Amino acid sequence: MAVIVDSNTRLVIQGITGYQGSYHSKAMRDFGTNVVAGVTPGKGGQVVNDIPVFDSTIEAVRKTGANTSCVFVPAPYTRDSVLEAIDAGIKTIVAVTEHVPLHDEIHMVAVARSRGVTLIGPNCPGVASPGKAKVGILPSKIFRKGNIGVVSRSGTLTYEIVNAMTEQKLGQSTCVGIGGDRVPGTGFIDVLELFEKDKQTKQIVLVGEIGGTAEEEAAEYIEEHVSKPVVAYIAGRTAPPGKRMGHAGAIIARGKGTAESKIKALEGAGVKVAGVPTDVPRLLIE
Amino acid sequence: MDMKLFEYKAKELFRKHGVPVPEGFVVSSADHIRAIPGPVMVKAQVLVGGRGKAGGIKPAQTVEEAREVAARILGMNIRGYIAREVLVEKRLDIAKELYLGITIDRTRRCLLMMASPEGGIDIETVPDNKIMFVPVDPFIGYQPFMGRRIAAFMGLSKDQEAQVVTICQKLMDLMVHEDAELAEVNPLVVTRDGKVVAGDGKVTIDSDALFRHKEFAGFPEDVTPLEEKAKRLDIAFVQLDGNIGVIANGAGLTMATLDSLNMYGGKAGVFLDLGGTDDPKKVKDAVLLMEEAKPKVILLNIFGGITKCDTVAEGVLEALKERDIKVPIVARIKGVNEERGREMLSEAGIIPASGLSEAAEKASKESQR
Repeated sequence: MAVIVDSNTRLVIQGITGYQGSYHSKAMRDFGTNVVAGVTPGKGGQVVNDIPVFDSTIEAVRKTGANTSCVFVPAPYTRDSVLEAIDAGIKTIVAVTEHVPLHDEIHMVAVARSRGVTLIGPNCPGVASPGKAKVGILPSKIFRKGNIGVVSRSGTLTYEIVNAMTEQKLGQSTCVGIGGDRVPGTGFIDVLELFEKDKQTKQIVLVGEIGGTAEEEAAEYIEEHVSKPVVAYIAGRTAPPGKRMGHAGAIIARGKGTAESKIKALEGAGVKVAGVPTDVPRLLIE
Repeated sequence: MDMKLFEYKAKELFRKHGVPVPEGFVVSSADHIRAIPGPVMVKAQVLVGGRGKAGGIKPAQTVEEAREVAARILGMNIRGYIAREVLVEKRLDIAKELYLGITIDRTRRCLLMMASPEGGIDIETVPDNKIMFVPVDPFIGYQPFMGRRIAAFMGLSKDQEAQVVTICQKLMDLMVHEDAELAEVNPLVVTRDGKVVAGDGKVTIDSDALFRHKEFAGFPEDVTPLEEKAKRLDIAFVQLDGNIGVIANGAGLTMATLDSLNMYGGKAGVFLDLGGTDDPKKVKDAVLLMEEAKPKVILLNIFGGITKCDTVAEGVLEALKERDIKVPIVARIKGVNEERGREMLSEAGIIPASGLSEAAEKASKESQR
C-alpha cells in the first residue's frame, strides 16, 4: 500500500526547467514515478527529459491529470507555487525548497491544512515508497522495498539511517522527510497516523532532533494511537542550549526542546531510542 | 542565521510602526553626547542578556555625567560581547512593568502573542497564571479583540488598556511587515503619568526574508569574523567548546556526527553545516574555513546525494592544494564511487573512514593525542 506517494501518483514538477528540477525529474522517473508534467511560467511548450512543460499548474492538471506536485522553485516564489498547486486542485505537494520565509510558510501551511491538502515541507527531502514512486530529492540507491515506515525531520541523516537499514536488508514501505523548518506542512503525528493505518507498514522509525516539542507530542500520540513498534533516534544530544544547529528549528531555547526530554517522552511511550544512528537497524531486528 | 537586532535598531522599528519609545539617541563615542533630554539611562548595545547586572546600564543626570558613564561602558566586555555603542535614552519614571511579545507557535503553526502583568524580569521565571498566550489564527489575523484580551489581563486603567490595545496592533504590524520571527517588549513600562512605553526592545528578523528587505543590508550585527565569513558562504557555523572541527552536510547529520563523537570521548569545537548539499566547491570552502578555526582534528562527514564521492574528494584535495593544512583530517564520504574517493583521500594523507562510527572513533582518537 505505502503512504502519500505510490503507483497512483501522477506528478507535476513545478520549476522543472531549473537545474534541480531537471536533474530530479529524471531521477524520480528512473525510480518509477509517473512524471506527467512540468511547469515553468513562460516556458510552456518546451520538453524536459521527454516531459511536457506548461506555463501554469492548472493547465498541467487539466491536460495531464496530475494529482501530486513537487516544488523546486526558488524560496521567494515558493508560496506562490504551493498556493497555485492548491488552487489547481492538487492534493499532495512536496516542497523541496529551503529558506522559505517564515511568514510565507505560516500562510501556505494554513491554507494547505484547511483544504485537506498534504503539504510535505518546505525544506524537505521528500517522500519515497520503494518499488512505487519517489517525489523529492532522496538518493534512489539507498532504498529497498519492505515494511518499515520512516518519518524524519532531517535530510542527509535520514539517508544515513535508511542506508544502514538497507544494508541489513531492512526494507521500507515509505520514507517521509517532513523537513527541519519550524512550521512544517506535515508533522510527525500526521505521518504516524498514516503508517498506523497502512497495511504494508509493520514497524516505524522516527528520526527527530532537538528544538520544539514535536517529538514529545509524537510520543503522546504513539502512546494512545500507535500499535506498531516504533524505533527512534534524536539528533543533538550533545548540542548546547541557545545555539541554532543548522536547521531553523534545531535550537534548545528557554530550556525547551532538549534531546533528554524527547528521549524520555518517547521511551515513556514504549519507543526504543537509539543512541547513535547506526543503532537503529539493531533495534529494529530486536 | 537569524538577524538579531540591537536594542536601538529594534526601537527604530518600534518608532516606525508606532510603538511608543523613550526619546534617545545612539553614540559610539562619549564625546558625541552634546545634549540630553533630562535625566537619562546609558545602555550598552550588546546582544546578550543580563546587561544591567554586568554594569552595562547606568543612569546619568547631566551631560557631563552621561559622557563619563558612556566612556566607562563603551568597550566594556559583557559576557564575551564588546559594547561598541551606547543608547542614551530619557529615563522613564516607572510605575509598573509589563511584558508583551510575539513569537511562533510551532505546535499550532501560527503566530503567538504572549503577555504578562509582570515584566522586566526573565519571562521564563513568571508563574503560569501570570502569563497569557494568545495564538493568532492565520485565517483571522490579528484583530483588536486579541489586544483587548491581553490588555484586560494586565490589570490596568481604562486609558492604559486602550494604549496597550494600540501597541498590540502596532507590534503585530512590525512582526508581519518587517518579517520578524520575534518582537518582544520587556519591560513594557507604565509611567507615573500614565503613559505606556517600550522600555526595552528585542526584534529578530527572519534571515530567509531578507531578499524583500534590502533596508536591512549592512545592519550592524554581533558576529565574529569567522561567523561572518561562513554566512557569506551560506554555511551554518556554530562555535562549541571542544577541539574537533566537524564538517557535514545537513543539520541532522552534523548533529548526529557530534553525538557519535561524544560516544568515543571526542568533543566538537566547531560545527559547519553545508546544508543538504554535497557540492565539491562548498566542501572546499568549508575545509579552508575550518582550518582558520584552528581545531585539533577536522572530521568531514558527507553523505552524497547528487555528486559522486570522487568529485567531492577532489574538492577536499583542492583545499589542500590551495593551503598547506597541517591539521589531521578524518574523512568519510558516502555515496557513488566511494572506493575511488577513499583511495584519492588516502593518497593525499587524509585518514579515510567508511562508516559514521568509524569516522567518529578515529577523529576522537586524533583529538586526544
